[in-house]
Amino acid sequence: MATEPERILLAHGGGGQLQNQLIRERILPKLKNEVLGELGDSANLQLSSNVICFTTDSYVVKPLFFRGGDIGKLAVCGTVNDLAVSGSRPVALSLALIIEEGFETKLLDAILQSISEAARQNRVSIVTGDTKTVDHGAADGIFINTAGIGIKLPDVELGLNRIEVGDKILINGTIGDHGMTIVSQREGISLESPLASDCAGLAELTCRLFESVRGIKFMRDPTRGGLAATLNEIVEGSRRSVEIEEKEIPVKPMVQAAADMLGFDVLNAANEGKFVAVVAPDAAQECLRICREHPLGKEAVVIGEVVEMRDAPLVELRTKIGGRRIVQMPYGRELPRIC
Amino acid sequence: MCLAVPARIIELEGDRAVVDAMGNRWKAKTTLLPDAKLGDVVLVHAGFAISTVDEEEAKKTWELFAEIENMGSEKFDG
Amino acid sequence: MLDRVAQAQHTIEEACRGLDRQITVMEVCGTHTVSIFRSGIRSILPDKLKLLSGPGCPVCVTDQGYIDTMMRLADRADCLVATYGDMIRVPGSDGSLETRASRGNVKVVLSSEDALQLARDNPEKTVVFIAVGFETTTPATAVVVQEAAREGIENFCVLSNHKLVIPAIRALLGGMNDRIDAFLCPGHVSVIIGSGAFREIVRDYRRPCVVAGFEPLQILEGLAEICRQFAGGTAEVKSMYKAVVTEQGNIAAQRIVAECFEPVDGYWRGIGKIAKSTLALKEQYRRFDAFARFGLEDKPGKEIRGCRCGEVLCGLMDPIECPLFGTRCTPQKPIGPCMVSSEGTCAAWFKYGRRN
Repeated sequence: MATEPERILLAHGGGGQLQNQLIRERILPKLKNEVLGELGDSANLQLSSNVICFTTDSYVVKPLFFRGGDIGKLAVCGTVNDLAVSGSRPVALSLALIIEEGFETKLLDAILQSISEAARQNRVSIVTGDTKTVDHGAADGIFINTAGIGIKLPDVELGLNRIEVGDKILINGTIGDHGMTIVSQREGISLESPLASDCAGLAELTCRLFESVRGIKFMRDPTRGGLAATLNEIVEGSRRSVEIEEKEIPVKPMVQAAADMLGFDVLNAANEGKFVAVVAPDAAQECLRICREHPLGKEAVVIGEVVEMRDAPLVELRTKIGGRRIVQMPYGRELPRIC
Repeated sequence: MCLAVPARIIELEGDRAVVDAMGNRWKAKTTLLPDAKLGDVVLVHAGFAISTVDEEEAKKTWELFAEIENMGSEKFDG
Repeated sequence: MLDRVAQAQHTIEEACRGLDRQITVMEVCGTHTVSIFRSGIRSILPDKLKLLSGPGCPVCVTDQGYIDTMMRLADRADCLVATYGDMIRVPGSDGSLETRASRGNVKVVLSSEDALQLARDNPEKTVVFIAVGFETTTPATAVVVQEAAREGIENFCVLSNHKLVIPAIRALLGGMNDRIDAFLCPGHVSVIIGSGAFREIVRDYRRPCVVAGFEPLQILEGLAEICRQFAGGTAEVKSMYKAVVTEQGNIAAQRIVAECFEPVDGYWRGIGKIAKSTLALKEQYRRFDAFARFGLEDKPGKEIRGCRCGEVLCGLMDPIECPLFGTRCTPQKPIGPCMVSSEGTCAAWFKYGRRN
């Protein structure tokens, strides 16, 4: 039997270990530059007297339309959020569309409408764009890429190296909403369900936080790979460990039930309207207060804290029954299990 | 080995059912539970109801079940 | 809930205090393995209580030969392979179904009914349903085989590797690992076969058999009951999952399975042949048997050198004692099924308990 050639797996785009490997071993060596090498959510570019944050993301979600949003809304909010968690005020987006031959124009119209509304709500302009088409079957309907620019807020310094023992970890609301909505719609298992994506732009809330509170050390939006991936990235990058309280992690019962049914772990499920923030201990209460006054932060809560690393940087969970276990970096593709 | 969750039968025609777990609705078959009735809470595995759930017993040790009970008559929000 | 957790912990500690040696409890269910790790139960148990994971992970005990057969069928242009997600990453001698999934011949299904529907929707292909799982999952396969027979859906077949728990327990106690003191019995298998099915283990081997559910409190209370029995020198079948488990089990499910399947000798990975431990389709349903239809033999495959999955499956070794664990064998590059399956002992240890 001839040996199978190596192929890109879906998991290479999953936001977990395999993607990191692909980036570090195949892409970075070819593109060699310091700014790219930092692998931040946004790149800081010093341009005259303003610091501009610059980011890009591609959107390939299936199904294209889901309860709580669609690929268009996602394409705007996702990029806005990368700029937001980098401590900038989003200003402008580019928009590139790759459309499959045969895609219905009324669907394209609906997506463009969502993009327009999301841009307006998040106060960003789509300042440049591009459209391509590909053969039928080559693009799952439509793929979108957005690149975004934001103006860095003054006196904001975020970095994994700023994280210290004792810092608190907070999240602005429930986890797993987006991931479980997509999966249950895609698997065709949920006939009617109030499960909805949390897709939303966070810039208004994050700007408010950065403008009012000193002591925010780091922020990231836990998209693919979920909270588990983000926490693991934090411990790896800061060379600390974290301890999380399971009972503090907010999860909607309906989302948990969907995860239980499929054998998924909500910690690994994607979020599109959430951020994880690492803040100085005396800044935590003020951050919570500001979050809870905003519609996107009503369920904000401290879920854990940063502790000293022992032999390796670990994410440790104190479970509901008082036990302990480790949260590992997800593989990159959750599969529904039965057995 | 066996992921199964409790859910309430909210539609039933022959052995084809729709079950509700915390607001999520799924198709399931009751072929293995010929005596299942509308309104029963059943254990669902791989698309099949494999047992009815004794609600009194379940309330004693099953946290997930207690949550389903609470959700029972709540309207969906959002 | 927390006070009941404390109470169960207290019972366990009290019982263990009086013991002059370690008590070894085997949990015979992959889902128990994962639940135990996820809830951090191990970290709150006394040292005298040793928890072993057993051969209750259907993916882990699936022989290499079966995996290779599955992949050969996936390679055929005239076949569509329908499988539960569990089997996607299991490595055969050359890649896994995942690396083939990109060619669209492999579909992940959540129910056997979805596999049958695939056959209805694709009349020009033969759909092969990868039927793995223990007694909980077998009835789902039996139902669709009968449905296919009734409706005359001839482009559907089943590659059966359904296994039975009781013969496995007997094989362990009968020679492979007789140092197991008690069993935490699988809650959902028991829904089908009934808690009474474990009476023969108590009768012949005098080991406590306690049926438990999968939530941390249910598991803790199951362990507490085991410790209570052990400390008191008794051995009984006790169900702590009465909400869904009865003494006799699900009779309708048992009947449907008996109509379609018969127990035959089968190969369990790492353990070898266990008599009457695997299910094969009966003569009248043989046309839905993928082995028969494609002229394939169910024979054991070649073991990967250095792989100690067998010893782990029998509870003879903890994953960290395997020289390949965490180094050459990781979830990303698994050598044996214990690491691949999300319920595999090694995968669970790696994910939830490993210190790098």
